[in-house]
Amino acid sequence: MIKTNPIEVDREKGNFHYNTDYEFDAGIGLSEDVVRYISGVKKEDSWLQDFRLKALQTFEKKRLPTHWATNDLENIDFDVIRYYLSKGQMPSRTWEEVPDDVKSTFERLGIPEQERKFLAGVEAQFDSEAAYSRMKDDLTEKGVIFVGSTEGLKDHPEIFKKWFGKVIPTSDNKFSALNSAVFSGGSFIYVPPGVKLEQPLQAYFRINAENFGQFERTLIIADEGAEITYMEGCTAPKFETSTLHSAVVELVALRGAKIQYVTVQNWSNNVFNLVTKRAMAHEESEVRWIDCNIGSRLTMKYPGVILRGRKARGEVLSIALANDGQHQDTGAKMVHAADETTSNVIAKSVSIGEGRSTYRGLVQMPGHLKHCKNNTECDALLINSDSQTDTYPAITVQGEDHSVQHEASVSKVSAEQIFYMQQRGLSEGDAMSMCVNGFVNDLIREFPMEYSVELKRLIDLEMEGSVG
Amino acid sequence: MSTLKVQNLSVYIEDKPILNDFSLEIPYGEVHAIMGPNGSGKSTLSKALAAHPNYDIRNGTAELDGHNLIDMEPDEISRAGLFLAFQYPIEVPGVTIANFIRAAIQARMEESKLFKAVDYYKKLYQKMDDLGIDRNFTARSLNDGFSGGEKKRCEILQMAMLDPKFCILDETDSGLDIDALRVVSAGVNSMRSSNRGFLVITHYQRLLDYIVPDKVHVMWEGKIVRSGDKDLASELESKGYDWIKEELAA
Ligand SMILES: Nc1ncnc2c1ncn2[C@@H]1O[C@H](COP(=O)(O)OP(=O)(O)OP(=O)(O)O)[C@@H](O)[C@H]1O
Ligand SMILES: [Mg+2]
Repeated sequence: MIKTNPIEVDREKGNFHYNTDYEFDAGIGLSEDVVRYISGVKKEDSWLQDFRLKALQTFEKKRLPTHWATNDLENIDFDVIRYYLSKGQMPSRTWEEVPDDVKSTFERLGIPEQERKFLAGVEAQFDSEAAYSRMKDDLTEKGVIFVGSTEGLKDHPEIFKKWFGKVIPTSDNKFSALNSAVFSGGSFIYVPPGVKLEQPLQAYFRINAENFGQFERTLIIADEGAEITYMEGCTAPKFETSTLHSAVVELVALRGAKIQYVTVQNWSNNVFNLVTKRAMAHEESEVRWIDCNIGSRLTMKYPGVILRGRKARGEVLSIALANDGQHQDTGAKMVHAADETTSNVIAKSVSIGEGRSTYRGLVQMPGHLKHCKNNTECDALLINSDSQTDTYPAITVQGEDHSVQHEASVSKVSAEQIFYMQQRGLSEGDAMSMCVNGFVNDLIREFPMEYSVELKRLIDLEMEGSVG
Repeated sequence: MSTLKVQNLSVYIEDKPILNDFSLEIPYGEVHAIMGPNGSGKSTLSKALAAHPNYDIRNGTAELDGHNLIDMEPDEISRAGLFLAFQYPIEVPGVTIANFIRAAIQARMEESKLFKAVDYYKKLYQKMDDLGIDRNFTARSLNDGFSGGEKKRCEILQMAMLDPKFCILDETDSGLDIDALRVVSAGVNSMRSSNRGFLVITHYQRLLDYIVPDKVHVMWEGKIVRSGDKDLASELESKGYDWIKEELAA
């Protein structure tokens, strides 16, 4: 076997697949029975089953957002997708107990090594359920909870019921409704007041099966003055048929808390990635989304922060790379709902070949608030004349008292630049990588170290692959 | 002995012939200068040799030290030892000089070899000092917002760092102030050696007072029409190109 550096995840690295027998299978297509099956295997309380069934109705009623997004959504066939596949509902606490095929998948992706190196805890989800979940013992002693959604709802209802579905209502959009009906997996995290996690917690989402939909549900609550960094990574093998990934992620930062949520997505080109992510930021808290979208066929993702406490701060730093056959429709939502709240959005997109990038932003500052600030910066880099990029910033500001800055730029890597760099000995792919890395560099510097290395490497591989 | 050897080269841009039946041979250890009126094809020659994709080579051969340049990619040609100091250096925002030169050096290294950052910076700073480039420039984006003269110095800095076998300097003197001309020329002269060749393209005798050429060629409508020693440059400086035109017509 080839030995690879644990933090080198490449675009092809996820492209493998082991045949796996599933203990639990909800079959093909979506119906009330499927929802009941999922709820049944999880032995859920009736309120939760009702919640799911109601969500299914909402899903069926809601239109696809093709009127403002893209017609490609119509190519999703909800009737051929498998909504629940697992080997069991309870994750192992040691890698030894994880079934061999699943274990080798995560070993190949380097997860156990990362855990040893720099993580405070890991959850590794394989299709619908977490196969492994473990956190360092001292964090358990401090009262930190880091479990899957099934366990969280069952064992800690008093904490989670209070916030579950409150930041993102079922009816927010068609895909949040779908997730609410069939969700499985994802992380439930609670950090008690004043507890500051020095190392990140990480979840890894692996899609293994064909024609499958992954619908994890994550809820993170940082209590007053708590601090946490959470990272998620994801891959899937390349299949001919399309795969659906539709998560709902809710964050709650209570007074003075800090949450940093890092995503490095590396989906194969057949994945529809339609994810709803939002945070509620209370007084003097800070929420920061760091979002790197590489791969997938279509990604629609607009992480948001509702700034509902005075002096709350929200930030989205996002990087999107759209190669041939890919559409990255990403952005940020900042809803100012208290005085002296500030938000910052820096979005950088790179479109290569026929790849398409769209920035969609939303900033709301009502007139009755005082001294709110937003800074939005969207930069696009085009490599190749076919590339396409659109920006829809949508900034709604009322009242005199606010400060809003918006900057957008589009630049191109020209054939002359590539030639110049090649004349110094760099290959075409290396020259393109250097331009892209230069373009995103000031953002990457903001990332936790381990992830900036991985991301740079991913960009290099993506550029190498895009040279004919 | 190694040479840059160009024979019967015809180069087209968008179906328009620019170089036609062009031949030139420069042995290593020599410095040749090409002079010629605007639009005569001097930059076309340099870019065609570097395999710029817009230049269509329809006939002829070009060899560097046994490498057939015609079939090679621009980066392969560079790594084979040909360096082109551009007449108009390209701006590359976001890519710093230090990172760029480092990547160019690493592109030449065997994979198993370790890049020594300390040695690299020592050498880089030394060359920058020699060329009168402020050390702060290492962190600036390549040519981005540089003045004309700064761009030219940066070309020579890259040349000095990459240690090429053969250098083409396309109007490196234009845009340099009087002091910079002296400094840059000294930099070039210090690189002159028996196993490196130079082709210096210029409009002005002045540069050739500093970088004294072994031969001077006059280019006219895509061809070399006259060759001589360094005195030919002085003659052109005082008489212009008309007399050559007349002689050719005769
Ligand atoms: N991309 C292009 N498309 C069309 N014509 C071109 C192009 N590039 C160069 N040419 C033409 O080719 C001819 C030779 O140009 P070249 O740049 O080689 O001249 P030069 O000798 O370097 O001139 P100068 O002394 O002004 O630098 C000119 O007539 C120029 O207009
Ligand atoms: Mg020229």
